[in-house]
Amino acid sequence: MGKYLLRRLLNYAILLFVAVTLTYFLAATQLNPRGLFEVRNPPLDPASIEATLLQYNLSDRVPVHERWWTWFTGVLQGDWGYTVDGGHVNDEIKRRMWVSLRLVTVGSILGIVLGVALGAWTATRQYRASDRAATVGSLLILATPVLVIATVLTILATKFNQASGIRLFEFTGETGERGTYPLAALVDRGQHLLLPTIALTLIGIASYSRIQRNLMLDTLGADYVRTARAKGLRKQKAVMKHALRTALIPTGTYFAFSVATLFTGATITEQIFTFHGMGIYGVQSIQQQNVHGTVAVTAFAGVCTLTGAVLADVMVAILDPRVRLS
Amino acid sequence: MSIDVTGDRKVRRTQSGTVLSVADLHVTFPSEAGPVRAVRGLSFDLAAGETMAIVGESGSGKSVTSLAVMGLHPDTAKITGSIKLHGEELLGRGDAAMSNLRGNELAMVFQDPLSALTPVYTIGDQITETIQIHRDVSRSAAMKRAVELLDLVGIPSPQLRVKSFPHEFSGGMRQRAMIALAIANDPDVIIADEPTTALDVTIQAQVLEVLKKAQRETGAAVILITHDLGVVAGVADRVTVMYAGRPVEQGAVDEIFYTPRMPYTIGLLGSVPRLDADVKEPLATLQGNPPSVVELPAGCPFAPRCPMVQDNCRVIEPPLYPTENPEHTAACHYWADIAAENRSYRDIFPLPDIPTSQLERIPRDQRRTVLQLEGMQRHYPLMKGAIFRRRVGTVYAVDGIDLEIKEGETLGLVGESGCGKSTTILEVLQLKPPTAGNIVVFGKDVRGINGGRERKSLRRDIQVVFQDPMASLDPRMPVFDIIAEPLGVHNVAKAEVERRVVELLELVGLEPSHASRFPQQFSGGQRQRIGIARALALEPKLIVLDEPVSALDVSIQAGVINLLDELKAKLGLSYLFVAHDLAVVQHIADRVAVMYLGNIVEIGEVSEVFRHPTHPYTQALLSAIPIPDPRKERSRERILLKGDLPSPANPPSGCKFRTRCQRFATLTEGERQPCLETMPDLYVVGQDHNSACHYNEERQVV
Repeated sequence: MGKYLLRRLLNYAILLFVAVTLTYFLAATQLNPRGLFEVRNPPLDPASIEATLLQYNLSDRVPVHERWWTWFTGVLQGDWGYTVDGGHVNDEIKRRMWVSLRLVTVGSILGIVLGVALGAWTATRQYRASDRAATVGSLLILATPVLVIATVLTILATKFNQASGIRLFEFTGETGERGTYPLAALVDRGQHLLLPTIALTLIGIASYSRIQRNLMLDTLGADYVRTARAKGLRKQKAVMKHALRTALIPTGTYFAFSVATLFTGATITEQIFTFHGMGIYGVQSIQQQNVHGTVAVTAFAGVCTLTGAVLADVMVAILDPRVRLS
Repeated sequence: MSIDVTGDRKVRRTQSGTVLSVADLHVTFPSEAGPVRAVRGLSFDLAAGETMAIVGESGSGKSVTSLAVMGLHPDTAKITGSIKLHGEELLGRGDAAMSNLRGNELAMVFQDPLSALTPVYTIGDQITETIQIHRDVSRSAAMKRAVELLDLVGIPSPQLRVKSFPHEFSGGMRQRAMIALAIANDPDVIIADEPTTALDVTIQAQVLEVLKKAQRETGAAVILITHDLGVVAGVADRVTVMYAGRPVEQGAVDEIFYTPRMPYTIGLLGSVPRLDADVKEPLATLQGNPPSVVELPAGCPFAPRCPMVQDNCRVIEPPLYPTENPEHTAACHYWADIAAENRSYRDIFPLPDIPTSQLERIPRDQRRTVLQLEGMQRHYPLMKGAIFRRRVGTVYAVDGIDLEIKEGETLGLVGESGCGKSTTILEVLQLKPPTAGNIVVFGKDVRGINGGRERKSLRRDIQVVFQDPMASLDPRMPVFDIIAEPLGVHNVAKAEVERRVVELLELVGLEPSHASRFPQQFSGGQRQRIGIARALALEPKLIVLDEPVSALDVSIQAGVINLLDELKAKLGLSYLFVAHDLAVVQHIADRVAVMYLGNIVEIGEVSEVFRHPTHPYTQALLSAIPIPDPRKERSRERILLKGDLPSPANPPSGCKFRTRCQRFATLTEGERQPCLETMPDLYVVGQDHNSACHYNEERQVV
């Protein structure tokens, strides 16, 4: 198992290198940091522009492979480069990584757990009122853009705050004014997280419940569930122990792979609830001709994807003995 | 061996007499087309220690009956009547009450051992689960019992195998594990639903033996659900024949087999090819198909297919009349007529007149050779590694075989799954040089074929019919297009194509007006006829038949076999007929080759090989085939092979069969030496009869 994982990791490292290098060439040739200076009014001295660009390894007059080499040797030492205005990409990523993590963790875990539970439950009640209601609800959420969901939640939260007279929901940024009682900082953060977490949970429930319901329907009719009942297990227990366990295997893989999109794909949620996370940074980097930032976000997403892949392998190995043995 | 962990046997609530009593059982499912009346008025009493077989074709309601008894029917099913266990009514009980009985007093063995065990739990866990549901025993005690049970059902080294997962077991072993699961709590009734249908005959014989042993050990009553009349003859005490949801004949096994009184039963028995048949005669064919149970017409459901049908048969559905013996009942208004003349299927069913081929009059060695395999080998490399693939071994799928098919001849190729039959026919169909040796088709050496064009024109002469008639026909193409496709590929003119398709449909016994329908509108037998029509489209000389009848119901199978016989004579075809059912092969083939692990172990004229088998494997194979004749079955002595087919990647040294050989076991140390060291050649043992054993010896097994 250890040797197998090590080999997989080596494969992934190679893959990551290829992906990041390709992104570097793409970003370095297509983004134009020089343009940021050239539109300034009054115009800047071309020599000083060149000097600044050279200083940060961003000059398009240096051959791209040379720039790449400089950048790559930096990366090997843990330096992901600078923006044109001298900001260090490392600082930015370090800070935003944790913002993203704080934002998505609770929401996505709740989403998958509740989604799987709802999916499994509705599968056993196929075509009954509860199943149909869950189906309609999920499809409604899946069909609505995140932007709309988040905005609607914000409006509802405002109404709730006004009606109840307590400011339960906070929805700007990660922290705000807070009292002086013990654990006030934690409560404050919790209040700010409440609304984005609800949004992420709803979306998670909607998509996972769909997947799990279909997987569950396949295994519910399986012969081995009938065998389990023929052994004397009650329907409920046979379903939980024999059908659900088998139906969880593909969900495990799916979840692991979605880790990557969780971190970098929550752009709109970040934007609306003003969380300065990774997703927003990726978009901003491209807008601001930030070559190194763009590559760093790609690398981060790559690491997430590959972590997800490893996680998926481990997950399947835990859930499915057929993989474990061969 | 003790069957109980606690030491004392479970106290039987019914020691003798009736354990299970089913009376006037009706099961109906709602469907969009209307209510599906799956079971209509089934009654039987089952005594302790007794085996009752329920026989019928697909859709006859036999599996639904078993699920109703177990209470595992879908919630939508409407059930009326009565099911009593130990005199207590089961119908109307809730899931909780039924769960206490299931696995404890009522146990079940399902058909497909591949899917009936949960893939993510070990065999041991699944057996201990069933023990612990019903008894308050520790896990270690339950595990000890699981090991005992696995030992009882003949799983080698049960201590180790108890920790295995289902996918590590072969099909036969999984079915043994299923039986262990069923008898774990010493049940009073075991329901076995087609327990051996998915298995090879050699494994079937082993599993039936285990089932009998399990019954002896537990004293349980057994309901055996099957379509295989041979299995019924060997195992059952009593038989219920079902047709369109209705019991149509019930009685003791001998009476059902020797004095059947319902035309359907008679036809069913007549349509089975028998291994013990002395002269080849056409099989009884039941015209048409079983009716749909959604909209049953009035009267006897068998009336549309019955040659004896009278007017009142179409009006009044016959009840089960008691016959000469009141215990033996038959649902036919005219059972007395049948009884008076003791009519057999020859008297009732029209036997098709099958012409004999012109070619059969020419001596075999003067006929042209259609296909010749010379020392043909097909080895597959066993690869490992994701990026740097390296060869770690070889699968010896076919390991040097010689075959010859003459014009107008049928060669049967038989053996267990994994013996290399399919690889052999794939090699023939590919028309490419094998790993070693050679294939010669119509005098043309495949090594000399260069380019696709020559291969394509040769393909006209070799066509194939596959096993599964549903999977081998494109569901989105109408029948006309399916049959016309090969003609289009070979650029036949459009007008000619239309004429030809009509001709082909008539040839295989279908209506030309059916050409615009889609495959799913046909029954299994009709679909297989479409497949045959497609194969015949280009007027081939050789047809490769890959298990063409094994997916069909017995009454349908006979019609297809008769058709194949007729086509062969009419069109002068040669067949390479691959099958695992030796009775079918005996019926249709002129010569037979028995394969084991990539080699031919016995080959020759079919009656010679089957009547005087000299290779121990052929003998075991033949002895494993059940014969639909209860008296013969009772007196037969089965040769039970040990274990499963070894892996073709790692075959045993010397004679490949020695690890399972019953003759090898009786040899002295010195005598065994040749078996361990050298693969025996095919020695001549008779006129057109060769056998690859160092100690060839004839033995009567049928």
